[in-house]
Amino acid sequence: MTPETIYGATGIALFAIGLYHALVLPSALRRIVALNVASVGAGFVMVIAAWRPGGGADPVPHALVITGIVVLVAATAVALALVRALHDADTTETDDTP
Amino acid sequence: MSPPDPYLLLDLGLAATILVLALAALRQRDSFTMAVVFILFGLLVALAWVRLDAPDVALAEAAIGAGVTGALLLRTLRHVGGERRDPAPVPRVVAGMLGLSVAGFATLGGLALMATPRHGTGLIPAVAARMDQSGVEHPVTAVLLNFRAYDTLLEVVVVLAAVMAVWAIDRTIDRAAAPLPYLPGVALRGPIAGAYLRLVLPALALIGAYLVWIGAYSPGGAFQGGAVLAAAGVLSALARGGRWPRTAATMPLLRGSLVLGVVVFTGVGIWAAVAGGGVLHYPPAQAKPLILLIEASVALSIAATLTALFLGHMPQPAARIALRKGTTNDT
Repeated sequence: MTPETIYGATGIALFAIGLYHALVLPSALRRIVALNVASVGAGFVMVIAAWRPGGGADPVPHALVITGIVVLVAATAVALALVRALHDADTTETDDTP
Repeated sequence: MSPPDPYLLLDLGLAATILVLALAALRQRDSFTMAVVFILFGLLVALAWVRLDAPDVALAEAAIGAGVTGALLLRTLRHVGGERRDPAPVPRVVAGMLGLSVAGFATLGGLALMATPRHGTGLIPAVAARMDQSGVEHPVTAVLLNFRAYDTLLEVVVVLAAVMAVWAIDRTIDRAAAPLPYLPGVALRGPIAGAYLRLVLPALALIGAYLVWIGAYSPGGAFQGGAVLAAAGVLSALARGGRWPRTAATMPLLRGSLVLGVVVFTGVGIWAAVAGGGVLHYPPAQAKPLILLIEASVALSIAATLTALFLGHMPQPAARIALRKGTTNDT
């Protein structure tokens, strides 16, 4: 067993866990967290692909994962703003029809 | 066959803990606990990535994936006051079928990963051969800011677009009826919070600037440094109850900081084309100062952007502040 088998399996398992929960969880906020978990899984697989036994990893996948993390936080922020707007819209509606 | 790695036990424990934390975060009933477990999950993932010789990625995951995302989650939970469940959950049969297909998909992914040729040279020699022309000494920074600068430029545009989207969404809400976007009651006020902020804010500014500077030589860079600066921005916003400073200068200053990274990055790219190298092909002699200029402006923009994404609403326009100061005396 090597680090790459261990963490490669972790990455794929995380992707599967995240994807499954993004499909079935009953709360929008929770589904956003699930998609975050899935992308960490994808990041794991790319970090594993860049890893070399004696050190000296491939820098290109590392740069791609960093870009991915930043784009993910931007997408998460927009999704969470939609969750807040949805909540506020519902609150407003309930106030209109007592 | 090489002797077994003494760190394998650590790897197994870390991998198991990461999986358990991911499941715990997603299946945890309490929303606040979910957010905290998710942050913990991100930090342990960062630890695993340090182990896999990816310290840059680990820094980004710890600062942005765990820190900023965690802050965004907690901020949203505060606003909506707990999660709302969908009226019609996914039926058990459908969930079972989805589970089976995801499991099948993961098995195929695992098989594909095992079948992939490993430990090839990849792009390592291609990057190493051009390091002396890149202007920096750290390969990941060379890839991000020079060899694949297009990706990074567009990434900065994406986060700017995210702020525009979040502000546009916030403006659709009827503020007369809905709760205010501020975070009343979480204000970091009082002598202890004040002393804490006076210690932490300068330290964060220093660490952020250091991470940007050191990115040229070793792990660090504009995004990690920008995220640390954003932590300072979020903390000082929390000291005002989650509001922007209510001065007429806030909006123009913020707009300037938000677009600074895109403007400088695009400007340098076009200048490189005019200088004869092609768009974003910096002349090797000037690459170092150009990359430093881009990194400094991108770090400032990322800090402003992440703070804006956390607060989630626009500062009041200068005209309305002036009007309010003239008519009422509200604080």
